[in-house]
This record gives sequence, structure tokens and C-alpha cells, in this order.
Amino acid sequence: MTAPRPRTLFEKLWDRHVVRSETPATPAVLYIDLHLVHEVTSAQAFTELRERGLRVRAPHRTIATMDHSTPTTRGGFAGLPIRDAGTGARVAQVERLAQNCAEFGIPLLALGDQRQGIVHVIGPELGLTQPGMTVVCGDSHTSTHGAFGALAFGIGTSQVAQVLASQCVLQTKPKTLEVCIDGTLSPGVTAKDVILAVCTRLGVGGATGHAIEYRGSVIRALSMEQRMTVCNMSIEAGARAGMIAPDETTFAYLRDRPHAPQGAAWESAVAEWRSLVTDEGAVFDRSVTLDGSTLAPMITYGTNPGMGMAITDAIPHPDRLADRSERENAERALRYMGLTAGGLLTGTPVDVVFFGSCTNSRISDLRDAAGMLRGRHVAKGVRALVVPGSQQVKRQAELEGLDRIFIEAGAEWRESGCSMCIAMNGDQLSPGQLSVSTSNRNFEGRQGSGGRTLLASPLTAAAAAVTGVITDPRTLVGGGVS
Amino acid sequence: MSAEKWRFDSTYITLPRENVDTDQIIPARFLTTTNRAGLGPHAFNDWRYLADGAPNPQFVLNSEEARGAGILVAGNNFGCGSSREHAVWALSSAGFRAIISSEFADIFRGNALGNGLLPIEVSADVLAQLMRTHAPNARLQVDLEEQMLTLPDGTAVRFPVPAFSRYCMLNETDEMSFLLDARPDIDAYERAHRATIDTLTLRAPA
Ligand code: SF4
Repeated sequence: MTAPRPRTLFEKLWDRHVVRSETPATPAVLYIDLHLVHEVTSAQAFTELRERGLRVRAPHRTIATMDHSTPTTRGGFAGLPIRDAGTGARVAQVERLAQNCAEFGIPLLALGDQRQGIVHVIGPELGLTQPGMTVVCGDSHTSTHGAFGALAFGIGTSQVAQVLASQCVLQTKPKTLEVCIDGTLSPGVTAKDVILAVCTRLGVGGATGHAIEYRGSVIRALSMEQRMTVCNMSIEAGARAGMIAPDETTFAYLRDRPHAPQGAAWESAVAEWRSLVTDEGAVFDRSVTLDGSTLAPMITYGTNPGMGMAITDAIPHPDRLADRSERENAERALRYMGLTAGGLLTGTPVDVVFFGSCTNSRISDLRDAAGMLRGRHVAKGVRALVVPGSQQVKRQAELEGLDRIFIEAGAEWRESGCSMCIAMNGDQLSPGQLSVSTSNRNFEGRQGSGGRTLLASPLTAAAAAVTGVITDPRTLVGGGVS
Repeated sequence: MSAEKWRFDSTYITLPRENVDTDQIIPARFLTTTNRAGLGPHAFNDWRYLADGAPNPQFVLNSEEARGAGILVAGNNFGCGSSREHAVWALSSAGFRAIISSEFADIFRGNALGNGLLPIEVSADVLAQLMRTHAPNARLQVDLEEQMLTLPDGTAVRFPVPAFSRYCMLNETDEMSFLLDARPDIDAYERAHRATIDTLTLRAPA
């Protein structure tokens, strides 16, 4: 008997979900194990089902929550002191989701539910996301779930309708990209810094058409929450998906989660999940290597997540770019940001610090931030907003007293949601304001029209909050030095 | 066949920016709609209008040449970022039938193809030429059936389109119909693979 051809993790995940193979004339039909739904990208999909007279094929593989446009102040929409023009539309949108879920039999973790939260935070914490699965959501950061050894990717609203109706998507097979991060991270350098370094290395479109597998000693040493931070931002390099092979860390995280298999089913699931690794000798279409030992805390200076640098570096000069259009792009970004090439970012005054988003709103992120804020105060004139990723994260943080630390430091302690990551719910920057944000996108106006965003880790964000200026967290106690 | 529908010529406008993300194409605050229609006036909203709401005279969509232009020529890696299909709906509703760039982000490309907005990928050289030599009344010809783009100087360049998307557009069918036809295979797949998850029995966390 000949040995089976060595396969990458991605190929194994792909192969086990093929309902119909790809042909020159048609894409593959891929089965979806878990479909996450939220209020902003689903209404038109349900309308399409109604217009075509279709039912939801597998409501038991589907779950919905409300996160993008919901208030993070107490009391939900009812608790809002002012209802502006936009509020009515947001209320109508979440009510529409509730109606759609009721009509089509989809479980909904609505605003006010103990399990509500950002869609990519609650999937893993409820144990819904499991190794070997395909996971989709009408949201590009679905790649987060790849941290469990799942094939997870964002889809558009038409595909949301298709998955609702058929539990399948049409896909052409992406290429594979190995991103290997070896060495060991220094104190003060976190998973966020790793992925910002990867995005900087690849560029904002550098992984287009590829599925990334993160490997190497740095990745193996990360906790599940940190692995989610890494996989989350795969899309920021253009990748269709990002994934990490499951291991003991994965299994320890999942065990006893509400949805994880129990008892004998758990044992057999783990035994099967252990096969979800890239085989010795399997070939990737492309490989990139980073030395984790040389990484410093990272921060972005431009208007896409690929425009990052070590916090100690000078802002890169557009002149270094040979291509004219790339150069003009970099110049435009610096103009928008109001930053000067060649200068340092450290010492730049900040207006707002945002702790939150599906990238960095889990309990370990809040612990990092609280560790720096403990016994300190948010600098005068700086607004700091702490938005836990889910109600469960919020309860855990309160159990640990982190909320007290934030509040005593002068930060706002909020309910869970996307909040200032996407600025749909009223939490937003004013034109011209500069924020350090633990989220994932620094596009023009992403956090509010005219707002300027620097992406960084919770440690770096906390360092900016207490000093009022961009600061290397390693220079402060709690930021990697003891 | 609607090959005729997909054989058209049009003037075009240029947006010489790279990495145009979907947050620029349609800012998040317009995503509270529950319809597909009506987003056109907000396409590129924050580039297109000044703070007081007046059209920004510097922005190409407000120029004379934008009137009736059905094709947008934009810099590399168009449509990156958020998966929002609203970006495609906004561009279609603003009157565009095709976008030309040297690369499209994956999700945007899929969304566009599924909505009858044709993403035409050309080489960096052709893109640079289109940007550089653009004259207000210059016209481009698009022929989806032949997968051919004819430049104002008469040069014809072939562009790639996934065979299936091309078939759907030319035959006025869609991905949903294809998937619904695949139901017997999906049934068989489900029978062969045990249910790994059941969200209906979701238990509250302890
Ligand atoms: S936190 Fe931000 S990136 Fe994550 S799902 Fe919400 S809006 Fe999208």
C-alpha cells in the first residue's frame, strides 16, 4: 500500500467538507458546520429566503447575536439618553433580526441575554467553534475561529442567504500560505504585535487568494485567546482564512465548554482532532518566516493595517517605495494621519484609547490592560473606553475586580459589543481625534468620520492611556518590565 | 442568453488610489438599512461630500465626466477590508456596471460577481495606461462572453472571469439556484457525516 499524499491542515479541512468537487466550470460546494449571524449583514438574506419561498435548512447549525450596532451603555436601546436619527434605524435592524430568527427557528442570543457578545468572541467561549469545522459569518473577521483548527471565513449577504438555504457555500480552492514564527517573544511583546508584524510584512493585499496556516514555536506557546487575536487579523493581509493546528492548548480550552462534546464523545472527538495537523512533507504554495525573538511592540501609522512598525522605529518614508502609485498612497495616508515621515510616534498626544473588538476584548486582554492601569490614572484629557467582548467576559472581569481597576483609573466600563471598532452604535471618534485602539482596522473614518486610528496591543494602548502620549509599554511597570 | 446585456461600452472615471477598502466605499453608519436598494447616494460618502454635506468638487464622482460613466477604474487591491456586500450594492446603485483594477480583494470579488457588478482584472501596465491616458469622453468596451476589454486606443485585452460566474451572468441564473439543485448531494453528505454540533440545545454557561 502506498502512503497517502501528505496534506496541509487546510487541505484536510477542505477535503472533509467537499459536497461536490471543483471542476473547470464550477466551484466546489462546501458544507458549513456552523453559521454565525448578526444584525447588520443578515436582513437582506432573510428577505431573499422569503422572496424565493425557502426555509433555513439547518437551524441547529446556525446561531445569531446582536453586536455591531448595539449600545454598550447600560440598559440597551431603552437606556439611551438621546435617540438621534440613526437610533431608530438601529432599533429597527435588531428588531428585524429578532423577527427573522423567530420566523425561521434560529436560536438568538439577543441584547440582554447573558451569553450575548461579539459574534467571534461568543462562538469560541460557548464551545460552538471546534476543530475540524467549517465556520462562516457575514463578517470578515470570521477567520478568528481558525485558531481552533477550523476553516473559517467571512461571506457576503448573498452567501448568507445561500448558507441559510443550503448549508453550503460555493468556493474556489485558495492557495496555501505558511506563516512560520519561530523563537520566543520578549516581555511586553504580545500576540497582537505578532499579527501586526505579519500584516506589515505581507502588506494589506499580500495574502489575497490564500489561506494562512500560522506555525512555529511562538504560535505553539500562545494561549487560545492569543491565537484568536492572530487568526482574527488574517483578513487584514487579504487572506481568505487563517488557521492554527489544534493541540493540548486547544483541547484544554474547549473541555467542558457548554457546547463541547462530553464524556466518551469528548474522548473520541479529541482523538480525531489530533489528526488535524499538516503532515510531514506537505507542501505550501508559499512560505514566510518571522523571527519572533526580534519582535518589538508594534503600532500602525497609516490608514491600513499593513502600515505598521515597531513602536521604537521612525515613521517610514514614502520615498522608500519604488512604485509611484504605492508612494502616493503612503503620502496620502500620512497626510490623513497628520504624521511626518522620519519622525517618532512615541510622544505623540492621543485623545482616545479604545480597548475592545473581536481582536482584543477577551479576558486576557482586559487583564493585560488592567495590569498597566492598576494604581494609575488615565491621563488628563484622554478618554479611555473598555468594552468587553461578551457578557461572559464582562462577568469574569467583574469577578476579578478588573472593572474597579478601570473605573478607578478613570476609564469607562461598558457592556459588550463591537462599539468603537466600527462606530455604528454611537461610540465614535470626532473628526481629527487620534485614538490608540486594540481593534483591527485603521481605515480612514473607521472609528468615526475624520477620526484617526493607531492599532496596537492592549499593553501599548494602556501605556498611551496612562501617559497621554504614544509610549513603549516596556518602559512602564506592568508593560513587560517588573 | 444575455450576452447582449453584457456587451456594452461606456465612459469611465479613474480613482487612482490603492487598497480602497469597503469602509470607504460605504461607511459603516449606512449599514443600518435592511434593504439592498438606495445606497448609491452614499457610495464613497466621506470622500464625496464635505463636512457640511456639500459635494466635494475635488472628488471624481462629483465631476462632469462622472455623469453616465458606467465603469470605475481604481488602484490595486480594490475592495479590501470588511465583507459588507453593501459596498457592491452601493456601487451598482451609483450606476457602475464594472470596476477595473489590477487586483480585487477576495470577498469583494465574490460579492460583485454575485450581484452583476463585473470586476475586471487587468495587468498593472494596462491599469497605469488607463489612469495615465484618460480623456473625459474616452470609452471602454466590455464583452463578457468574449472576456474582452477594448481600450480607447482599440487595443483589446482579455480578462479572467471564473467560468461559473460568467455562466450565471450570461444565463441569468445564480449561485442560489445552483446550490438548490445540489440538494441531493447535500442530503447525501449530511447522511454520511455525523452532526458535530447542535445549537438548539445550547445550554447556559455554568
Ligand atoms: S469587533 Fe469590529 S471587526 Fe470585530 S466583528 Fe465587531 S465590527 Fe467586526
